[in-house]
Amino acid sequence: MASGLENYVNQTVSVITSDGRNFIGTLKGFDQTINIILDESHERVFSSTSGVAQVVLGLHIIRGDNVAIVGQIDESIDSRLDLGNIKAEPLGPMVH
Amino acid sequence: MLFYSFFKSLVGKDVVVELKNDLSICGTLHSVDQYLNIKLSDISVIDSEKYPHMLSVKNCFIRGSVVRYVQLPADEVDTQLLQDAARKEATVSTR
Repeated sequence: MASGLENYVNQTVSVITSDGRNFIGTLKGFDQTINIILDESHERVFSSTSGVAQVVLGLHIIRGDNVAIVGQIDESIDSRLDLGNIKAEPLGPMVH
Repeated sequence: MLFYSFFKSLVGKDVVVELKNDLSICGTLHSVDQYLNIKLSDISVIDSEKYPHMLSVKNCFIRGSVVRYVQLPADEVDTQLLQDAARKEATVSTR
């Protein structure tokens, strides 16, 4: 059945890592272990005081061990988000 | 292979995936693979006020290694069949 990431390539995705961080970027590539190549990536840091985005490096490789979720971002919803007003605790790390 | 086949039979059904960081995501099971990686479509996060991290995400891929539970409606599962299949798989694997 191959539930793969092929459909997400060259699209904007949100990668949630096993330590609870959220990276937004363009998915350029992946492999069987879900190593991810993310272009134009930035990290969205949530805090109970304010939701802030930081621009990190343009091109990153995230090792598959650390990938939890790869979400397909709907640009029409994302552009309407008021990130400055979203307050939330950061996601917790994965506990195995 | 047993649970891979089991999940394949549930494609199209609504499930709730609870992850090991306590995040719970409801969605339609789109596909599954041999690692039990799960793709959900049309997702909604349970307790989205606490977890606004995925507000712009409608479809997502969840790595199998981070899944704690997959919650299914009881009427979608033939527990007797599953139990028998698991018993058979257990006897095959211990030979």
